Amino acid sequence: MAIISTAGLARTFRTKTGPVDAVRGIDLTVREGEILGFLGPNGAGKTTTLRMLTTLLAPTGGAATVAGHDLATDPAGVRRACGYVAQSGGVDPQITVREELVTQGRLYRLTRARAAERAEELARDLGLTGLLDRKCAALSGGQRRRLDIAMALTHRPAVLFLDEPTTGLDPGSRADLWDLVRRLRDEHGTTVFLTTHYLDEADALADRLVVVDGGVVVAEGTPSALKLEYGGSIDASLQDTFLAITGRSASPADAAPVAV
Amino acid sequence: MLLHDTALIYGRYLRQSLRSRFALLFGVLMPLLYLLFFGPLLTDLPLGGQGSSWQVLVPGLLLQLGLFGASFAGFAIIIEKGHGVVERMRVTPVSRLALLLGRVLRDATVFVFQAVLLVLAALVMGLRAPLAGVLIGFAFVALLTVSLAALSYALAMRIETPQGFGPAVNALAMPSMLLSGLMLPMTLGPAWLDVLSHLMPFRYLVDAVRDAYVGAYATAHMLYGALVAVGFALLAVTVGTRVFRTAGA
Repeated sequence: MAIISTAGLARTFRTKTGPVDAVRGIDLTVREGEILGFLGPNGAGKTTTLRMLTTLLAPTGGAATVAGHDLATDPAGVRRACGYVAQSGGVDPQITVREELVTQGRLYRLTRARAAERAEELARDLGLTGLLDRKCAALSGGQRRRLDIAMALTHRPAVLFLDEPTTGLDPGSRADLWDLVRRLRDEHGTTVFLTTHYLDEADALADRLVVVDGGVVVAEGTPSALKLEYGGSIDASLQDTFLAITGRSASPADAAPVAV
Repeated sequence: MLLHDTALIYGRYLRQSLRSRFALLFGVLMPLLYLLFFGPLLTDLPLGGQGSSWQVLVPGLLLQLGLFGASFAGFAIIIEKGHGVVERMRVTPVSRLALLLGRVLRDATVFVFQAVLLVLAALVMGLRAPLAGVLIGFAFVALLTVSLAALSYALAMRIETPQGFGPAVNALAMPSMLLSGLMLPMTLGPAWLDVLSHLMPFRYLVDAVRDAYVGAYATAHMLYGALVAVGFALLAVTVGTRVFRTAGA
Protein backbone atom coordinates (compact mmCIF):
# COMPACT_ATOMS: atom_id res chain seq x y z
CA MET A 1 0.00 0.00 0.00
CA ALA A 2 1.05 3.59 -0.56
CA ILE A 3 2.61 5.35 2.39
CA ILE A 4 3.22 8.56 0.45
CA SER A 5 1.05 9.76 -2.37
CA THR A 6 1.05 13.14 -4.03
CA ALA A 7 -1.21 14.64 -6.69
CA GLY A 8 -0.13 17.71 -8.61
CA LEU A 9 2.09 18.84 -5.73
CA ALA A 10 3.47 22.22 -6.76
CA ARG A 11 5.43 25.13 -5.39
CA THR A 12 5.89 28.51 -6.99
CA PHE A 13 8.31 30.99 -5.41
CA ARG A 14 7.68 34.68 -5.78
CA THR A 15 10.94 36.43 -6.55
CA LYS A 16 11.92 39.96 -7.54
CA THR A 17 12.23 38.86 -11.16
CA GLY A 18 8.80 37.21 -11.21
CA PRO A 19 7.37 33.85 -10.17
CA VAL A 20 9.60 30.76 -10.34
CA ASP A 21 7.91 27.37 -10.63
CA ALA A 22 10.32 25.20 -8.65
CA VAL A 23 7.92 22.26 -8.64
CA ARG A 24 5.19 22.22 -11.30
CA GLY A 25 3.12 19.22 -10.34
CA ILE A 26 4.53 16.05 -8.86
CA ASP A 27 2.45 12.87 -8.94
CA LEU A 28 4.03 9.93 -7.22
CA THR A 29 3.31 7.09 -4.83
CA VAL A 30 5.72 5.36 -2.50
CA ARG A 31 4.91 1.92 -1.13
CA GLU A 32 5.38 1.02 2.49
CA GLY A 33 8.84 -0.39 3.20
CA GLU A 34 10.22 0.77 -0.11
CA ILE A 35 13.56 2.50 -0.68
CA LEU A 36 12.78 5.15 -3.24
CA GLY A 37 15.51 6.97 -5.14
CA PHE A 38 14.45 10.48 -6.12
CA LEU A 39 16.73 11.63 -8.90
CA GLY A 40 17.03 14.70 -11.06
CA PRO A 41 19.51 17.30 -12.23
CA ASN A 42 20.37 20.31 -10.06
CA GLY A 43 17.39 22.63 -9.81
CA ALA A 44 14.90 19.92 -10.80
CA GLY A 45 12.88 20.52 -7.61
CA LYS A 46 14.06 17.57 -5.51
CA THR A 47 14.81 19.48 -2.32
CA THR A 48 11.71 21.66 -2.70
CA THR A 49 9.58 18.51 -2.98
CA LEU A 50 11.25 17.03 0.10
CA ARG A 51 10.72 20.23 2.06
CA MET A 52 7.04 20.20 1.14
CA LEU A 53 6.59 16.55 2.12
CA THR A 54 8.20 17.23 5.51
CA THR A 55 5.97 20.30 6.22
CA LEU A 56 8.86 22.77 6.03
CA LEU A 57 7.39 24.50 3.02
CA ALA A 58 3.71 24.97 2.21
CA PRO A 59 2.74 23.77 -1.28
CA THR A 60 1.14 26.35 -3.57
CA GLY A 61 -0.81 23.65 -5.38
CA GLY A 62 -1.83 20.00 -5.26
CA ALA A 63 -2.16 17.64 -2.32
CA ALA A 64 -0.24 14.89 -0.56
CA THR A 65 -0.62 12.37 2.23
CA VAL A 66 2.26 10.97 4.24
CA ALA A 67 1.61 7.89 6.40
CA GLY A 68 -2.11 8.56 6.26
CA HIS A 69 -1.84 12.21 7.29
CA ASP A 70 -2.90 14.96 4.93
CA LEU A 71 -0.11 17.47 4.39
CA ALA A 72 -2.43 20.49 4.36
CA THR A 73 -4.84 19.62 7.16
CA ASP A 74 -2.68 17.52 9.51
CA PRO A 75 0.93 18.73 9.35
CA ALA A 76 1.42 17.71 13.01
CA GLY A 77 0.54 14.12 12.10
CA VAL A 78 3.01 14.21 9.21
CA ARG A 79 5.72 15.50 11.55
CA ARG A 80 5.16 12.66 13.99
CA ALA A 81 5.36 10.10 11.19
CA CYS A 82 8.46 11.25 9.37
CA GLY A 83 12.12 11.95 9.95
CA TYR A 84 14.17 14.27 7.76
CA VAL A 85 17.89 14.67 7.21
CA ALA A 86 18.69 17.83 5.27
CA GLN A 87 21.74 18.17 3.02
CA SER A 88 23.35 20.41 5.62
CA GLY A 89 22.48 18.09 8.50
CA GLY A 90 21.15 19.90 11.52
CA VAL A 91 23.30 19.86 14.64
CA ASP A 92 25.01 22.68 16.49
CA PRO A 93 28.78 22.11 16.34
CA GLN A 94 29.28 23.53 19.83
CA ILE A 95 26.95 21.05 21.53
CA THR A 96 27.78 17.50 22.55
CA VAL A 97 26.34 14.53 20.68
CA ARG A 98 24.51 13.44 23.83
CA GLU A 99 22.90 16.82 24.39
CA GLU A 100 21.70 16.99 20.78
CA LEU A 101 20.21 13.49 20.93
CA VAL A 102 18.51 14.10 24.29
CA THR A 103 17.13 17.47 23.18
CA GLN A 104 15.80 15.86 20.02
CA GLY A 105 14.03 13.24 22.15
CA ARG A 106 12.54 15.98 24.29
CA LEU A 107 11.39 17.83 21.15
CA TYR A 108 9.49 14.64 20.31
CA ARG A 109 7.94 14.89 23.79
CA LEU A 110 9.81 12.00 25.43
CA THR A 111 10.27 12.32 29.19
CA ARG A 112 13.71 13.34 30.42
CA ALA A 113 14.57 9.77 31.48
CA ARG A 114 13.21 8.23 28.28
CA ALA A 115 15.06 10.76 26.13
CA ALA A 116 18.34 9.91 27.88
CA GLU A 117 17.69 6.18 27.30
CA ARG A 118 16.75 6.76 23.69
CA ALA A 119 19.99 8.69 23.12
CA GLU A 120 21.96 5.67 24.36
CA GLU A 121 19.92 3.29 22.18
CA LEU A 122 20.42 5.40 19.08
CA ALA A 123 24.12 5.77 19.79
CA ARG A 124 24.41 1.99 20.10
CA ASP A 125 22.44 1.35 16.88
CA LEU A 126 24.43 3.87 14.87
CA GLY A 127 27.90 3.30 16.26
CA LEU A 128 28.13 6.57 18.16
CA THR A 129 28.48 5.20 21.70
CA GLY A 130 32.07 6.26 22.24
CA LEU A 131 31.32 9.70 20.83
CA LEU A 132 28.39 10.72 23.03
CA ASP A 133 30.34 13.24 25.06
CA ARG A 134 32.18 14.79 22.14
CA LYS A 135 31.14 18.05 20.56
CA CYS A 136 29.47 17.62 17.18
CA ALA A 137 32.25 19.72 15.64
CA ALA A 138 34.75 16.99 16.57
CA LEU A 139 33.02 14.28 14.50
CA SER A 140 34.23 13.05 11.12
CA GLY A 141 32.00 13.43 8.07
CA GLY A 142 30.74 9.85 8.31
CA GLN A 143 30.09 10.14 12.06
CA ARG A 144 28.26 13.43 11.53
CA ARG A 145 25.98 11.79 8.97
CA ARG A 146 25.23 8.91 11.32
CA LEU A 147 24.39 11.44 14.02
CA ASP A 148 22.10 13.35 11.63
CA ILE A 149 20.30 10.09 10.86
CA ALA A 150 20.13 9.13 14.53
CA MET A 151 18.45 12.48 15.22
CA ALA A 152 15.88 11.77 12.51
CA LEU A 153 15.19 8.29 13.89
CA THR A 154 14.53 9.48 17.45
CA HIS A 155 10.77 8.86 17.25
CA ARG A 156 11.01 5.68 15.07
CA PRO A 157 9.40 7.34 12.07
CA ALA A 158 7.54 5.31 9.45
CA VAL A 159 9.14 7.36 6.69
CA LEU A 160 12.69 8.66 6.55
CA PHE A 161 13.58 11.43 4.09
CA LEU A 162 17.27 11.73 3.24
CA ASP A 163 18.47 14.61 1.10
CA GLU A 164 21.75 13.65 -0.58
CA PRO A 165 22.88 11.64 2.45
CA THR A 166 26.28 10.56 1.13
CA THR A 167 27.49 13.77 -0.50
CA GLY A 168 31.02 14.43 0.70
CA LEU A 169 31.55 11.02 2.33
CA ASP A 170 34.49 8.72 1.62
CA PRO A 171 33.74 5.37 -0.08
CA GLY A 172 33.90 3.41 3.19
CA SER A 173 31.46 5.75 4.94
CA ARG A 174 29.15 5.62 1.91
CA ALA A 175 29.07 1.82 2.01
CA ASP A 176 28.35 1.93 5.76
CA LEU A 177 25.50 4.33 5.14
CA TRP A 178 24.01 2.12 2.43
CA ASP A 179 24.10 -0.81 4.86
CA LEU A 180 22.43 1.33 7.49
CA VAL A 181 19.60 2.33 5.13
CA ARG A 182 19.02 -1.31 4.10
CA ARG A 183 19.06 -2.40 7.73
CA LEU A 184 16.48 0.23 8.68
CA ARG A 185 14.14 -1.08 6.02
CA ASP A 186 14.77 -4.75 6.76
CA GLU A 187 14.60 -4.53 10.56
CA HIS A 188 12.04 -1.78 11.10
CA GLY A 189 10.16 -1.67 7.81
CA THR A 190 11.06 2.00 7.49
CA THR A 191 10.20 3.56 4.16
CA VAL A 192 13.18 5.53 2.87
CA PHE A 193 12.82 8.39 0.41
CA LEU A 194 16.25 9.59 -0.67
CA THR A 195 17.62 12.02 -3.19
CA THR A 196 21.04 11.52 -4.66
CA HIS A 197 23.29 12.58 -7.49
CA TYR A 198 25.28 9.36 -7.31
CA LEU A 199 23.76 6.97 -9.80
CA ASP A 200 25.72 4.01 -8.43
CA GLU A 201 24.06 4.76 -5.11
CA ALA A 202 20.60 4.82 -6.69
CA ASP A 203 21.40 1.61 -8.54
CA ALA A 204 22.69 -0.20 -5.47
CA LEU A 205 20.18 1.02 -2.94
CA ALA A 206 16.84 1.96 -4.45
CA ASP A 207 14.02 -0.48 -5.17
CA ARG A 208 12.46 2.05 -7.45
CA LEU A 209 13.50 5.35 -8.99
CA VAL A 210 11.55 8.50 -9.67
CA VAL A 211 13.28 10.94 -12.00
CA VAL A 212 12.22 14.59 -11.92
CA ASP A 213 13.20 17.33 -14.30
CA GLY A 214 11.87 20.86 -14.58
CA GLY A 215 9.60 20.30 -11.58
CA VAL A 216 7.68 17.28 -12.95
CA VAL A 217 8.17 13.51 -12.85
CA VAL A 218 9.67 12.46 -16.18
CA ALA A 219 10.23 8.76 -15.54
CA GLU A 220 9.75 6.13 -12.87
CA GLY A 221 10.32 2.44 -12.41
CA THR A 222 12.85 -0.06 -11.14
CA PRO A 223 16.44 0.69 -12.15
CA SER A 224 16.43 -2.20 -14.65
CA ALA A 225 13.08 -1.23 -16.18
CA LEU A 226 14.35 2.32 -16.71
CA LYS A 227 17.58 1.04 -18.25
CA LEU A 228 15.60 -1.13 -20.64
CA GLU A 229 13.17 1.59 -21.58
CA TYR A 230 15.46 4.60 -21.86
CA GLY A 231 18.98 3.18 -22.03
CA GLY A 232 18.05 0.67 -24.72
CA SER A 233 19.27 -2.39 -22.81
CA ILE A 234 19.14 -3.90 -19.34
CA ASP A 235 22.91 -3.66 -19.34
CA ALA A 236 22.94 0.08 -20.05
CA SER A 237 24.57 2.14 -17.33
CA LEU A 238 22.25 4.14 -15.14
CA GLN A 239 24.34 7.16 -16.10
CA ASP A 240 23.39 6.84 -19.78
CA THR A 241 19.80 6.07 -18.85
CA PHE A 242 19.64 9.18 -16.69
CA LEU A 243 21.12 11.36 -19.42
CA ALA A 244 18.66 9.94 -21.96
CA ILE A 245 15.73 10.68 -19.65
CA THR A 246 16.74 14.23 -18.79
CA GLY A 247 18.11 15.05 -22.24
CA ARG A 248 21.37 16.29 -20.79
CA SER A 249 23.58 14.04 -22.84
CA ALA A 250 27.10 15.22 -23.46
CA SER A 251 26.70 14.42 -27.16
CA PRO A 252 23.02 14.39 -28.10
CA ALA A 253 22.24 11.71 -30.72
CA ASP A 254 20.27 14.13 -32.87
CA ALA A 255 22.80 16.94 -32.84
CA ALA A 256 23.68 18.30 -36.22
CA PRO A 257 27.33 17.84 -37.16
CA VAL A 258 29.30 20.95 -36.39
CA ALA A 259 31.13 22.51 -39.27
CA VAL A 260 34.66 23.39 -38.37
CA MET B 1 2.93 21.56 25.50
CA LEU B 2 3.75 25.21 24.83
CA LEU B 3 5.16 25.48 28.34
CA HIS B 4 7.15 22.24 28.01
CA ASP B 5 8.56 23.23 24.64
CA THR B 6 9.35 26.79 25.69
CA ALA B 7 11.20 25.53 28.77
CA LEU B 8 13.15 23.10 26.59
CA ILE B 9 14.20 25.72 24.04
CA TYR B 10 14.94 28.21 26.83
CA GLY B 11 17.22 25.68 28.53
CA ARG B 12 19.05 24.86 25.32
CA TYR B 13 19.87 28.49 24.58
CA LEU B 14 20.57 29.47 28.18
CA ARG B 15 23.21 26.71 28.28
CA GLN B 16 24.57 28.15 25.04
CA SER B 17 24.89 31.58 26.69
CA LEU B 18 26.53 30.10 29.77
CA ARG B 19 29.10 28.33 27.63
CA SER B 20 30.33 31.68 26.31
CA ARG B 21 30.82 33.57 29.58
CA PHE B 22 33.05 36.07 27.83
CA ALA B 23 30.26 37.16 25.49
CA LEU B 24 27.94 37.32 28.49
CA LEU B 25 30.15 39.97 30.13
CA PHE B 26 31.22 41.64 26.91
CA GLY B 27 27.66 42.77 26.23
CA VAL B 28 27.74 45.07 29.23
CA LEU B 29 31.00 46.72 28.15
CA MET B 30 29.59 49.53 25.99
CA PRO B 31 27.13 50.89 28.58
CA LEU B 32 29.82 50.42 31.24
CA LEU B 33 32.21 52.61 29.25
CA TYR B 34 29.52 55.29 28.99
CA LEU B 35 29.01 54.99 32.73
CA LEU B 36 32.73 55.41 33.49
CA PHE B 37 33.79 58.01 30.94
CA PHE B 38 30.59 59.86 30.09
CA GLY B 39 28.70 59.73 33.39
CA PRO B 40 31.14 61.94 35.35
CA LEU B 41 30.75 64.72 32.74
CA LEU B 42 27.11 65.12 33.68
CA THR B 43 27.36 65.37 37.47
CA ASP B 44 27.33 69.16 37.64
CA LEU B 45 25.20 69.90 34.58
CA PRO B 46 21.61 71.08 34.93
CA LEU B 47 19.60 68.24 33.34
CA GLY B 48 16.13 69.49 34.40
CA GLY B 49 14.14 66.90 36.31
CA GLN B 50 14.68 65.70 39.85
CA GLY B 51 17.48 63.68 41.34
CA SER B 52 21.12 63.39 40.43
CA SER B 53 22.59 63.04 36.97
CA TRP B 54 23.04 59.31 37.63
CA GLN B 55 19.27 58.91 38.02
CA VAL B 56 18.95 60.37 34.52
CA LEU B 57 21.84 58.55 32.85
CA VAL B 58 21.53 55.01 34.25
CA PRO B 59 17.93 54.45 33.01
CA GLY B 60 19.10 55.50 29.55
CA LEU B 61 22.10 53.17 29.65
CA LEU B 62 19.88 50.26 30.77
CA LEU B 63 17.66 50.71 27.74
CA GLN B 64 20.69 51.22 25.50
CA LEU B 65 21.94 47.85 26.70
CA GLY B 66 18.63 46.26 25.69
CA LEU B 67 18.37 48.22 22.45
CA PHE B 68 21.77 47.29 21.07
CA GLY B 69 22.02 43.82 22.53
CA ALA B 70 18.58 42.50 21.67
CA SER B 71 18.42 44.00 18.18
CA PHE B 72 21.36 41.85 17.17
CA ALA B 73 19.93 38.65 18.68
CA GLY B 74 18.94 37.51 15.20
CA PHE B 75 22.57 36.91 14.23
CA ALA B 76 22.49 33.68 16.21
CA ILE B 77 19.59 32.35 14.19
CA ILE B 78 21.27 33.17 10.89
CA ILE B 79 24.20 31.02 11.98
CA GLU B 80 21.84 28.26 13.12
CA LYS B 81 19.96 28.36 9.83
CA GLY B 82 23.29 27.74 8.12
CA HIS B 83 23.84 24.64 10.26
CA GLY B 84 20.33 23.40 9.48
CA VAL B 85 19.37 23.47 13.17
CA VAL B 86 16.27 25.61 12.62
CA GLU B 87 14.84 23.28 9.97
CA ARG B 88 15.70 20.21 11.99
CA MET B 89 13.62 21.61 14.85
CA ARG B 90 10.80 22.68 12.57
CA VAL B 91 10.22 19.12 11.32
CA THR B 92 9.63 17.96 14.90
CA PRO B 93 6.22 18.51 16.54
CA VAL B 94 7.68 21.33 18.71
CA SER B 95 5.44 24.37 19.08
CA ARG B 96 6.48 27.08 16.65
CA LEU B 97 5.70 29.75 19.24
CA ALA B 98 8.03 27.97 21.69
CA LEU B 99 10.89 28.16 19.19
CA LEU B 100 10.55 31.94 19.41
CA LEU B 101 9.57 32.33 23.08
CA GLY B 102 12.32 30.08 24.40
CA ARG B 103 14.95 32.16 22.64
CA VAL B 104 13.38 35.49 23.54
CA LEU B 105 13.08 34.60 27.23
CA ARG B 106 16.72 33.51 27.25
CA ASP B 107 17.62 36.93 25.87
CA ALA B 108 15.52 38.66 28.53
CA THR B 109 17.35 36.64 31.21
CA VAL B 110 20.77 37.52 29.84
CA PHE B 111 20.01 41.24 29.52
CA VAL B 112 18.46 41.53 32.96
CA PHE B 113 21.60 39.87 34.32
CA GLN B 114 23.74 42.41 32.47
CA ALA B 115 21.46 45.21 33.69
CA VAL B 116 22.07 44.10 37.28
CA LEU B 117 25.84 44.28 36.70
CA LEU B 118 25.46 47.75 35.22
CA VAL B 119 23.38 49.01 38.15
CA LEU B 120 25.89 47.57 40.63
CA ALA B 121 28.66 49.46 38.84
CA ALA B 122 26.52 52.59 38.85
CA LEU B 123 26.02 52.28 42.62
CA VAL B 124 29.79 52.39 43.00
CA MET B 125 29.93 55.46 40.73
CA GLY B 126 27.42 57.29 42.90
CA LEU B 127 23.91 56.27 41.83
CA ARG B 128 21.34 56.34 44.61
CA ALA B 129 17.81 55.20 43.68
CA PRO B 130 14.89 53.47 45.44
CA LEU B 131 14.92 49.65 45.18
CA ALA B 132 11.36 49.53 43.78
CA GLY B 133 12.38 51.97 41.07
CA VAL B 134 15.42 49.90 40.16
CA LEU B 135 13.28 46.75 39.94
CA ILE B 136 10.78 48.55 37.71
CA GLY B 137 13.73 49.51 35.52
CA PHE B 138 14.66 45.83 35.14
CA ALA B 139 11.08 45.01 34.16
CA PHE B 140 11.26 47.60 31.38
CA VAL B 141 14.60 46.20 30.19
CA ALA B 142 13.04 42.72 30.08
CA LEU B 143 10.03 43.92 28.07
CA LEU B 144 12.19 45.89 25.66
CA THR B 145 14.48 42.89 25.17
CA VAL B 146 11.55 40.58 24.47
CA SER B 147 10.17 43.00 21.87
CA LEU B 148 13.40 43.74 20.06
CA ALA B 149 14.72 40.18 20.15
CA ALA B 150 11.43 38.88 18.71
CA LEU B 151 11.60 41.40 15.86
CA SER B 152 15.29 40.66 15.32
CA TYR B 153 14.64 36.91 15.05
CA ALA B 154 11.74 37.56 12.68
CA LEU B 155 13.95 39.70 10.44
CA ALA B 156 16.77 37.15 10.59
CA MET B 157 14.41 34.32 9.59
CA ARG B 158 13.43 36.28 6.51
CA ILE B 159 16.91 37.39 5.54
CA GLU B 160 19.12 35.15 3.41
CA THR B 161 22.55 36.64 3.97
CA PRO B 162 24.16 37.68 7.26
CA GLN B 163 25.98 40.50 5.45
CA GLY B 164 22.77 42.49 5.12
CA PHE B 165 21.62 41.93 8.68
CA GLY B 166 24.18 43.92 10.71
CA PRO B 167 24.02 47.16 8.70
CA ALA B 168 20.20 47.00 8.55
CA VAL B 169 19.90 46.61 12.31
CA ASN B 170 22.53 49.27 13.01
CA ALA B 171 20.75 51.70 10.70
CA LEU B 172 17.63 51.28 12.84
CA ALA B 173 19.27 51.10 16.28
CA MET B 174 21.49 54.22 16.06
CA PRO B 175 18.74 56.79 15.28
CA SER B 176 16.50 55.02 17.79
CA MET B 177 19.10 55.56 20.49
CA LEU B 178 19.76 59.20 19.59
CA LEU B 179 16.10 60.13 19.17
CA SER B 180 14.89 58.47 22.37
CA GLY B 181 17.05 60.60 24.62
CA LEU B 182 18.80 57.64 26.14
CA MET B 183 21.94 59.67 26.89
CA LEU B 184 20.39 63.02 27.82
CA PRO B 185 16.77 64.04 28.32
CA MET B 186 15.18 65.26 25.10
CA THR B 187 13.52 68.12 27.00
CA LEU B 188 16.94 69.82 26.93
CA GLY B 189 16.77 70.15 23.16
CA PRO B 190 14.79 72.36 20.78
CA ALA B 191 11.07 71.73 20.46
CA TRP B 192 11.27 70.00 17.04
CA LEU B 193 13.67 67.38 18.39
CA ASP B 194 11.47 66.79 21.41
CA VAL B 195 8.42 66.33 19.15
CA LEU B 196 10.33 64.01 16.83
CA SER B 197 11.49 61.87 19.73
CA HIS B 198 7.89 61.28 20.79
CA LEU B 199 7.52 59.24 17.60
CA MET B 200 10.06 56.78 19.03
CA PRO B 201 8.54 54.13 21.26
CA PHE B 202 11.71 53.98 23.39
CA ARG B 203 11.24 57.60 24.44
CA TYR B 204 8.25 56.56 26.56
CA LEU B 205 10.19 53.73 28.14
CA VAL B 206 13.14 55.86 29.15
CA ASP B 207 10.87 58.57 30.59
CA ALA B 208 9.09 55.94 32.66
CA VAL B 209 12.31 54.42 34.01
CA ARG B 210 13.68 57.91 34.88
CA ASP B 211 10.53 58.54 36.90
CA ALA B 212 10.93 55.17 38.59
CA TYR B 213 14.54 56.01 39.53
CA VAL B 214 13.41 59.12 41.42
CA GLY B 215 10.61 57.22 43.16
CA ALA B 216 7.73 58.76 41.16
CA TYR B 217 5.56 55.76 40.30
CA ALA B 218 2.08 57.17 39.69
CA THR B 219 2.89 59.49 36.81
CA ALA B 220 1.68 59.96 33.26
CA HIS B 221 5.16 58.96 32.07
CA MET B 222 4.87 55.65 33.89
CA LEU B 223 1.44 54.97 32.43
CA TYR B 224 2.49 55.72 28.86
CA GLY B 225 5.76 53.88 29.31
CA ALA B 226 4.02 50.73 30.56
CA LEU B 227 1.40 50.88 27.80
CA VAL B 228 3.98 51.33 25.07
CA ALA B 229 6.29 48.64 26.47
CA VAL B 230 3.53 46.04 26.80
CA GLY B 231 1.90 46.97 23.50
CA PHE B 232 5.23 46.84 21.66
CA ALA B 233 6.04 43.46 23.20
CA LEU B 234 2.66 42.02 22.15
CA LEU B 235 3.03 43.38 18.63
CA ALA B 236 6.60 42.09 18.29
CA VAL B 237 5.82 38.59 19.58
CA THR B 238 2.80 38.41 17.25
CA VAL B 239 4.92 39.36 14.26
CA GLY B 240 7.64 36.95 15.35
CA THR B 241 5.24 34.04 15.81
CA ARG B 242 3.71 34.66 12.41
CA VAL B 243 7.14 34.52 10.78
CA PHE B 244 8.16 31.38 12.73
CA ARG B 245 4.90 29.67 11.70
CA THR B 246 5.18 30.34 8.02
CA ALA B 247 8.92 30.76 7.45
CA GLY B 248 9.73 28.78 4.38
CA ALA B 249 12.82 29.84 2.53
